[in-house]
Amino acid sequence: MSLLWSRRILAGAVTLVAAAALTACGSKTSDESGAAGVTADVSGDTVKVGLLNSLSGTMAISEVTVRDSIMLAVEEINAAGGVLGKKIQPVGEDGASDWPTFAEKAEKLISEDRVAAVFGCWTSASRKAVKPVFEKNKALLFYPVQYEGLEQSPYIFYTGATTNQQIVPGLDYLKAEGAKSVYLVGSDYVFPRTANKIIKAYAAANGMTVLGEDYAPLGSTEFGTIVNKVKSSGADAVFNTLNGDSNVAFFKEYKSAGLTAAAMPVVSVSIAEEEVKGIGTQYLEGQLTAWNYYQTTPGAANTKFVAAYKAKYGADKPTSDPMEAAYVSVYLWKAMVEKAGAFDVEKVRTASDGITFDAPEGLVTVDGKTQHIAKTARIGKVGADGLITEVWNSGKPVAPDPYLKTYPWASGLS
Amino acid sequence: MTAVTPAPLSTATAPAAASAGAAPPSRSGGRSRLRTMAGFAFGAALLFAVAPLLLSDFRLALLAKYLCVAMVAVGIGIAWGRGGMLTLGQGVFFGLGGYAMAMHLKLADAGPGGMPDFMQLYGQLDELPLWWRPFASPWFALPATVLLPMAVAFGLGSLVFRRRVRGAYFAILSQALAAAMVILLIGQQGTTGGTNGLTDIKGFFGYDLDDPVNQRMVYFIIAGVLLALLALTRQLIQSRYGELLVAVRDGEERVRFLGYDPASVKLVAYVVAAGMAGLAGALFVPAVGIISPALIGIVPSIEFVIGVAVGGRATLLGPVLGAVAVAWARTALSERFPGTWTYLQGLLFVVVVAFLPGGLASLWALARRRDVGAQPARRGWSPLGRRRVERTEAA
Repeated sequence: MSLLWSRRILAGAVTLVAAAALTACGSKTSDESGAAGVTADVSGDTVKVGLLNSLSGTMAISEVTVRDSIMLAVEEINAAGGVLGKKIQPVGEDGASDWPTFAEKAEKLISEDRVAAVFGCWTSASRKAVKPVFEKNKALLFYPVQYEGLEQSPYIFYTGATTNQQIVPGLDYLKAEGAKSVYLVGSDYVFPRTANKIIKAYAAANGMTVLGEDYAPLGSTEFGTIVNKVKSSGADAVFNTLNGDSNVAFFKEYKSAGLTAAAMPVVSVSIAEEEVKGIGTQYLEGQLTAWNYYQTTPGAANTKFVAAYKAKYGADKPTSDPMEAAYVSVYLWKAMVEKAGAFDVEKVRTASDGITFDAPEGLVTVDGKTQHIAKTARIGKVGADGLITEVWNSGKPVAPDPYLKTYPWASGLS
Repeated sequence: MTAVTPAPLSTATAPAAASAGAAPPSRSGGRSRLRTMAGFAFGAALLFAVAPLLLSDFRLALLAKYLCVAMVAVGIGIAWGRGGMLTLGQGVFFGLGGYAMAMHLKLADAGPGGMPDFMQLYGQLDELPLWWRPFASPWFALPATVLLPMAVAFGLGSLVFRRRVRGAYFAILSQALAAAMVILLIGQQGTTGGTNGLTDIKGFFGYDLDDPVNQRMVYFIIAGVLLALLALTRQLIQSRYGELLVAVRDGEERVRFLGYDPASVKLVAYVVAAGMAGLAGALFVPAVGIISPALIGIVPSIEFVIGVAVGGRATLLGPVLGAVAVAWARTALSERFPGTWTYLQGLLFVVVVAFLPGGLASLWALARRRDVGAQPARRGWSPLGRRRVERTEAA
């Protein structure tokens, strides 16, 4: 037995030594390696692009609509002759509402499919998960959703709003309407918590009081307590950063507690046309939203977009801000590539500054420095028909300021 | 020792141990040891030579991720397969190990005196929180990846097993722990990164993780550790303790009547499983570059168990095969059928549970028995033994 044991110990020791020896195969100097060696495959008469959205899991309901509008843009561009004479070939992957899966699929699209650009991601967590993948491979991501700002990756183009194009205008509107106090309600994740931090800094500098701040877990449907607290606070308005299903429960509870849009309006930043349909118009009528685009936004470009979308996916399908931003992102990429005359990532980035596009939301301009886009802020009111009509807009596109550097009250934030 | 394994109990153990390719010590001779050695040599050749030659950098990185999941599965195989404790909260231990490692790597990336990027963004902290500080030292962080989960498991286990909390109650308790941990992490966004978790990990003890050569090195370390854990597990299963553990699973009251303390027996298995999950989490971080609440909550915890169930929980290799097979199928199906893969995955689980209750590992035993023709194949997972296992679990 003792012989047996000593053999076992020996075997164990050998394994450990072998494992330790394995570290010797690493290399501490990285410049000689081909870490950045992945380039897009554009040799054929097509160019591949990646579509990375959640087709399953909790985020699927929102992200599928984004995928649909990206596909619409791809088809339109292909019908008009493609990009630099090459037809776009979309490669779809499912992020499955799971952040590490997003990172895995991004790596697959870049290194196996060798796509020229990737369009997609919705939640901030998924973007944070894929950001290192794109930076490592020096590949491009177009991110189409409004987010909490405080980020600027050289390999991401942000085509949704940053905070000074959505949240700050929403607060300006409330202030102009005479709101002296707000109550903050949000889902418990990074976007609401960061947004509320910004709101509190704004409120402190603008003579508003924040009467309360409550978070519910993503997907939570228990809002009795929160709505009671909101009601007893007597706030002039509520700033709502809830996401997904939670909004249904929140607004039902809100209405049954006797709170109305006239007495205590709710400004939401994650409720677009698609969500209005899901929550039910009767609960939302008269409530406010802050976005850059509505289905009702006037203009020929939007009329064409809405008609094309309905023709492809059904007359009952609404269009919304993230869908529009995703649609626009494909056209912006096309314009950048054509200006650069190549699919090469660095050339595309250099060419990006000053690119404009007559988007459904109005004229948008790419800011090459921040890689965000200048877009018009619009406050809307939910109507009885489930559509959102604009009650205020910024008049001209607002330049992106992801770190809120031009706002003195935000100096402590980043 | 012989008193611990009376004849009726061995009905459940014998087929399980046999299908793992390892006979109990009483029957073992030089041949069994030789076979095990050959098995390990084959596994090592597969992991160290064949896989790196055949797979691209991207696929090898994926395999590294699967092998981390397999490490958790080996632990669950001990706790659940051999010990009968259905742990639906291994994500907690995986997370503790992962966060301990990620915290150290984030601090190493930030440099001496530096703070991780997200803290300035979300926390607006002026200095590092007190509980982060020890993790700056690798001499604290590395042992912590294994010892921290083991300590938590020890604390919980000693409370629970002494009070004879078993079966479904234990499963629910372990699951609640996973949920609580996720809520805690998300709530403390300023110091834990919230839902985003800890991302953008660039270095691993001086090695640049963006470099494919170093990614390969991480893979080799993971493969080596997995083999070592398997060797350790084999020793554990074949030892007197291993027999005792199975005896506790199949008849806790009888073991107590014989003068043993079942609570300590179970505690050891639970703590070992937690340590393995912690180690897996720690290695997952350099392999994938991210640890977040989404990886440690209820759903991923259940997915760990699903892999073990598919592979065959009571065997040595079953959990590893199952975990790798499930993770690989998930990737392969979702790449091939991005829209419908979840249905196919569900179908796969149903098929395995309905037609192969012993898991993938029982396929081999089944085929062998067919060849020999000595016994009808179904005798393999003897109905009597199975019913016995289920009854004790439900108790």
